[in-house]
Parts: sequence; C-alpha cells; structure tokens
Amino acid sequence: MAGWASISQIKEKIAEKSAEEVTASYLERIKKSKINAYTTVCEGAIEKAQEIDDKGHNGPLAGIPIAIKDNISTKGIYTTCSSKILQGYVPPYDAHIVERLKDAGAIILGKTNMDEFAMGTSTESSFYGPTLNPWDKERVPGGSSGGSAAVVAAGEAPVSIGSDTGGSVRCPAAFCGVVGLKPTYGTISRYGLISYANSLEQIGPLATCVSDIATLMDIIAGYDSRDSTSVKTEMVYKDALVDDVSGMKIGVPEEYFGEGIDPAVENAVWDAIQFFEELGASWEQTSLPHTSYALAAYYIIAMSEASSNLARFDGTRYGYRSEGDNWHVMASRTRAEGFGPEVKRRILLGTYALSAGYHDKYYLKALKVRTLVKKDFDIAFKKFDCLMTPTMPTPAFRIGEKVEDPLALYLADVNTVPINLAGVPSISLPCGFTDGLPIGLQIIGKHFDETTILKAAYSFEQNTDHHTRRPQEMA
Amino acid sequence: MMVYDNPDGVKIGLEIHVQLNKLNTKLFCACSTDYHNSEPNTHVCPVCLGLPGSLPVLNRRAVEFAMKVGLALNCEIVEQTQFHRKNYYYPDLPKGFQITQYDFPIASNGKVVIDGEDGEHIIRIKRAHMEEDPGKLMHIGSIEKSKGTLINYNRSGMALIEIVTEPDMRSPKEARRFLDKLRSIMEYLDVFDGDLEGAMRVDANISVMGGERVEVKNISSHKGVEKAALYEIMRQKNFVRRGGKVVLETRHFDELRGVTLSMRSKEEEHDYRYFPEPDLVPLRVADKVPEIIKTLPELPDAKRKRFKTQYGMADMHAKALTSDIKVANFYEEVAQLVDPKAAAVWVADILKGELNYRDISVDAFKVEDMAEIIRFVSSGNITERSGVEIIRTILDKGGDPASIVKEKGLVKVEENIVTKAVDETLEENPEALQDYLRGKEKSLNFLVGQVMKKTAGRSDAKTAREMLLDKIKKLSPK
Ligand SMILES: [Zn+2]
Repeated sequence: MAGWASISQIKEKIAEKSAEEVTASYLERIKKSKINAYTTVCEGAIEKAQEIDDKGHNGPLAGIPIAIKDNISTKGIYTTCSSKILQGYVPPYDAHIVERLKDAGAIILGKTNMDEFAMGTSTESSFYGPTLNPWDKERVPGGSSGGSAAVVAAGEAPVSIGSDTGGSVRCPAAFCGVVGLKPTYGTISRYGLISYANSLEQIGPLATCVSDIATLMDIIAGYDSRDSTSVKTEMVYKDALVDDVSGMKIGVPEEYFGEGIDPAVENAVWDAIQFFEELGASWEQTSLPHTSYALAAYYIIAMSEASSNLARFDGTRYGYRSEGDNWHVMASRTRAEGFGPEVKRRILLGTYALSAGYHDKYYLKALKVRTLVKKDFDIAFKKFDCLMTPTMPTPAFRIGEKVEDPLALYLADVNTVPINLAGVPSISLPCGFTDGLPIGLQIIGKHFDETTILKAAYSFEQNTDHHTRRPQEMA
Repeated sequence: MMVYDNPDGVKIGLEIHVQLNKLNTKLFCACSTDYHNSEPNTHVCPVCLGLPGSLPVLNRRAVEFAMKVGLALNCEIVEQTQFHRKNYYYPDLPKGFQITQYDFPIASNGKVVIDGEDGEHIIRIKRAHMEEDPGKLMHIGSIEKSKGTLINYNRSGMALIEIVTEPDMRSPKEARRFLDKLRSIMEYLDVFDGDLEGAMRVDANISVMGGERVEVKNISSHKGVEKAALYEIMRQKNFVRRGGKVVLETRHFDELRGVTLSMRSKEEEHDYRYFPEPDLVPLRVADKVPEIIKTLPELPDAKRKRFKTQYGMADMHAKALTSDIKVANFYEEVAQLVDPKAAAVWVADILKGELNYRDISVDAFKVEDMAEIIRFVSSGNITERSGVEIIRTILDKGGDPASIVKEKGLVKVEENIVTKAVDETLEENPEALQDYLRGKEKSLNFLVGQVMKKTAGRSDAKTAREMLLDKIKKLSPK
C-alpha cells in the first residue's frame, strides 16, 4: 500500500481501507528501508491514525502520512538537527507548521535525516550517517533536506517538509527526482524551525507532484504573529494548478549555465525550456550579472548568522552535555564534542567574519552584494514572468566524493543560493535523467508570485512523464 | 553665584539599566513580568528560554514605554527601531546572545537638570536603548561554598532600558542626585517600580584629573554608587600621587567592604560581534512621537514649579514633595481638604521624615488621616506634638486619628484649666518667680514644666509659656 503516491491516491486508499492501515504500511516500509532517511520514526503514528479512523476528521490531510525534517520542532518527538549536540532533545512545543499540519489531520511518520544543522548539500554531515540516494545508493540524496527528499522518492512517505537556506529543498528534490518548493521569504512562519541562517531560510514542501505542493502550501503558508518576518497573503495555491503557459515570458540567465555544468544537465534543461515554447510560452536569454558574487556573499551571511544562532547550544539547558569543573569548561567541551567538523568550520568562519576589524570587510560587503543580487532579479522580473535554470549543475555525486573538499561542495550551490539572497520563490521539478539519475529544472518567480511558477511547473508535469519514473527497486 | 571648581577634576558618567517592570509582559514574549514572588523558572516559555526554533516578537508597549522615557529625558527619538545581537557566552544568557540596540538606540541626545554642587547642573544623556534582561544566577550559600550554580530564567527577557550619560557629574553627590532624579522621572512615567529587586543597576565610569576612566560594574543602589565613586576617586588620586598611571579597566564594587576590585583590563574586553537581529523587522516609531508626547505626565521639575506658584510653598518644600510621585499625589489630595500651606509643612517636614525613618512608602498612610490630623491641630484641639504622635502611632500600630486622640487623651485641655494651673504654679513657687524676674531665664523653664505637670502634659509648652509670661507681665508691670 505504501510507496510512491500522491495525496489524492492516499486518500482513496484511506477511504478503501483505513488511515491506520495506510500508516502501518508506511511504518512497515520504513522498517525495511536501506537508505537511512529517518532519524526518528514515530511508532505513535498508528494511534494517531486510529483516532482519525474512529473519530473522523474533516481536515484536508486527514490520515495523510508526512515526514518532517529534523530541524523543525515537534512536541514530544526528538528534534536533533542530526547533531550530537541535540541528542535526546524533546521539544515542549510544536513549530507553527506542525500545528497547522496536525490540525489538517496529517500523521507524522517521523523526522528526516539532514546535514547537521542544515549545513551541507549532501546529507553526509549528519551525526546519524549519510542518507543514500534511492536512485543509486552509492550517491548522495543532496542536502540539506536529503532525508525529506529521499523518503518521498523511496515511497517511505508520500509528502514531506524540508527547509531551504541556500537550496536545501531544491537540491535534494533535484537529486532524488521529486518536486520541491522554496517559497518567498516570509510566506511560511519560521516559528519552530531551528535557525541556521534566519534571513535566508524558508520551510518548503516536497512531494511527487506539483499538485501536492499546492495542497501543502495551502495548509502551511500564511501569517503567524510569532514570526515577525512572516507576511500576510491571501493566496490560494490550488488555484495555480492550471495547465496553461501561453504567453508566459521565460528568462534564461546565462550565468546559471556556467563552468562545471554537466552537459546532460544542460541539455535536459534546454529541452525543457524548448518544450515550454511548444506549450505556448516564449523564452529569451538574459543576464543576472552579480551571480558570480552571490555564492561568497551567501556563505558569509549564512555563516555569520549561524555563528550566533548556534551559540545557545552549550549543554546548560538541553541536549548533549559534557563534563567540566566549571561552566566555561563544560560548555566548551560540550561544543567541542557535540558539533561535527562542518558545523565547527562554519561557526569559526562566521565568528571571524563578524569580528571587529573584519566585520566591514566581509559581513557588510556581503550585505551590499546581497542588495545587488536582489536588484538583478528585480530588473529581470520587469521583463520576464519567471526564470528557468538547472537546479543543480550536475546530477547526484558519489558519497564521499566531496567530503574532503568543502569548497567543491559549496560550489554545488551556485544556482540555488542567489534565490535565497533575493528572497524570491523557486521550485525544482524533474525534467529528465542521465545514467538513471534525475535532473532538476529550477523555475524562479517574483516575490509572492508562487502562482506563476506553480502554473509553469504544473503545465510541464501535465505534458511530460519525468515525474512518473521511480527508482528501480522502489517501484 | 556660587561656582564649584571641582578640585580633583572628577568626571563621572553613568550607565543605568532600568527594568520597565510596569509592563505586563516581557520584551519579546508573552510571559508575565510578575515573577517576584514565584518559584524559579515558572515565568518562562520557548522564547525567553531560547529554545531552538523560537523567535522573538517585539512588545509594542515596551517601545512606547521606552519612547516615553526618551522624551522625558529630552531626547531625540529614532525614526524606526533596529535591534542587534550582542554575542557572548554566559550561563544566564539562554541564546548565547543578547538582543539589544546598537547604532540606532531608541533615544539619544537628551539632558536632565539636577541640583548640582553649585545650583542647577545639566547632565547630558548620550543615549537610551532597549534590550532584554538575562536570567539570574543563584548559589546555595556563598559562591565559594555552593555546590553548583542555579539559574532562574524568570527574569530572562524582561524589558530593560539602558540610559547612558555623558561624564557630566563632578562628584559622587551629583551622581547620587542624578540617580534620584532619574528614578523620580521613571516613576512619574509609571513605567518602573523602583521598589522591586534588581529594578535599577548602575555601571559608573569614573576618572580624576584627566586620567583614564575606570568602570565600576553592576552597583545595585544609589547609595552604593555614591560610595563606590567616593572610594574610586580616593583610590585613583592616591595612585596618581604615588606616581601611578590609571589604566582603562573594569572593577567590581564590594558593597559590604565598600571597596572596588579589579575584574579585567581593557585588553581582555569582549568583541561582541554585533550584527542586526534578522528575526525582528524595523518598527517605524517617528510618526508616533506626537501621540506619545500627549501621554507624558507632568514631570518633577514642572510639578515643583507649579507647587510653588499654586500653593505658595517654599522651594525646599516643593522639592521634597515632588521628588516622589506618590508623595506629590498624596500632598495634592491633602491640599484639597485642608490649608495647602499647612499641608505642605506636615507632609514634607513631618510625614516624609517619619516614612523615611521607617523606610516605608506613603501608600501606608491615608490622605483622610493626614487631613484630619492637620484639622485637629489647626483648630487647636490637639497640639502639634500630639499630631506627630498620631502619625507615629498610625505607622507603627495602625488606627485612625480620632480614636487615637481619644485613647491617648490628646485633646488639648481648656484654656481656663491652663490659667488655673498657671495661677497655682506662680502661687506655689514664689522663689522661682523672683529668680526669673531677676533675670534668671532658666527659672521660666522650670515654671513651664510645673504648668505642664499640672495639666498632665495636655497643654503644649508654647501655650504654657505664653500664658505664664502674660500672667507675670500682669503681676509685675514695668
Ligand atoms: Zn517567555
């Protein structure tokens, strides 16, 4: 029963059998999993499903199983950010989106594996070990929401929630052949999302189809007074599901097809763009001239914010705690033993970038670049309804291939981070395959214009079959 | 005009943390601020505990309070709020950073007038910024003997306003006067209750003779600031006299021993790595200034002026009555009921002294009782001394003026009883009378004493003396 399925398919199964049976079949499948995509599995999900069967529920997700990234606070369920330092931490409160999902009747199957504190592009930096790509278990699923993408691709959850700071939803969506959306900054409350880089990140849904993305957005998006950066919008995402791109103007920024791009990826993306033309859209090449500075600016801002965000993990109040004769020794040891090498690297670099004497040279300069990057998008969107690029310059790479070379790993984010700097929405969806590995097409929209990119993605999906392919043994 | 020449070149600047404890909720969460009588860690939530994933939301009322403070200190108000993170590690700081204001404080460039060494003296206010209070560390017994440190986060996230002055105070006395004035203003604004523990904490920057400044941290009382400054001035002067050179450093004030001790030199100072708090958005406040100005109450200086003109009282009384808003309000209520001039004397000179002596607030006394006592005295029913006695009795044991007068038999005896006592006294003590007439002043005191004795103390000495003199004049006209 469990496996690759859309929300409406699951609903049929629940009507046919029961929510309990559906949830049980997913838990069963997770038990047999070989991809290490969950950090915590909720056995209690069964009872929640029974409750829905017994009492009924008229929420839009009644009985629908869902997986949640391990950096989103879930009351009574371990929330560790895949880090040793949060080992054993059980939050006393639900994140805003978890409240919304529960109200809608969703059943939380478990928490998904991720790069430690969402710092990575491969899910290899997890304290619980890497998640394997369901399409090729020697390869990474992408990151940092690698677990959230892999469970959907492997049929271990029909839908999931991730978070995207610099591509963390879109990258694994591309590598795992699923759909992933990073909404406009401010669309979804971050209350309960454990911060890595506050000014950049958004929670985003992952699913097997665009329609499920819209369904989830209608539930989790919207104003929340507990997040000061959250914005009031009156959007109905389901309304965007129209198979019609006639007259749509697509910009294709040349900088996103730069050095190091895999020819198969380049071809697949161009094929997709040309296909849009067949569907009635028009395209034109364009330029976002400050793209080449985006990566450096992104990493400086993200690491600076991270160095401060992660200061609270000192063993005093929750999570892992080391020993020491006094507080300073205990806290230092806790942090030395609790954080992995990539997290330490980013804390150190961020601390450095904010230090007196370097602050202006790095942090302040990065903020200026950010403004320029934003301006690039503003200018482009005066002319185009959306922009299309490869999500990732390559298909999923091998596990271990880039572990020793952080810079190479950072470079993989080159097409996703400018979007976070600008705060605009962007979706990744499957647009082809190379050697059995999925390729992702990225569609970028204007601020708060998820409608256009969902419409484009939906139209593409309706007229192609890339999204129907599934990993061999998972089928 | 008297001029203070500041012989030691003393310069004192203060940084005062004032808890806006009249707010109902904390600065960034909805937790109640009413924690003073609660168990530790009961007024906390994910936000003020800094739990992973929690986010701050700015308390708008706190911003209004801070604007009031800024305006009352004659400051300019910033266009829009801006918060920064001040990064440092300490167990009382649950997020590992403090949310504070950095280069855009809510208020700046103000001034406060105090009664200085040589009359009115202006203390410039550099800035006033908003920030959150950390939690509180506690130890079982002394720090040295305690088995560990306990942390109470009830205080964590309380709204503070930090007021920074220019180094314009020229003596410890002026520093104390400034603090008294500041507290007075804060209480006038009804944003602050100074009686609550930890409501005001002060850091003092002190230098002498153009030397480097030394910062004395975390002094909890106005008296403590005065004492610390006195000690520090003496220490620095002696140090310089012996050929030393004062260096920038931070010192701690040991309140029990009355000395300051070195904590760290400037080289060891933190780099706080300030950067804008990404979880808060700017709040435009400039447009609200006119509205806030309208809500500002009459402040101490204005009230003092008005009391002098409206009630015709001496400046000394006006000052005493207006330094504490509660006393000022109390006085004005009494002045509605009885002669305002008499009320000024009674409240400023007598009641305030009795309250200070007992270290209690004017809340402990009823307006009606004060008015009644003044009425009793001015109608001649009781003596002034009895009036004082009633006040003391009410403060110490309770009760109301009428029944105390009755219980203690304080009603002034009829004049004819005094006349009778005077006659008898003069008859019974002819030697004393003769002595007095021969110029021995002391004999009159003896005679007054005798009259008082006969009336069992129910007449006052002033009346007895007047009546005796009257009688003596009649007996031996010159
Ligand atoms: Zn709180």
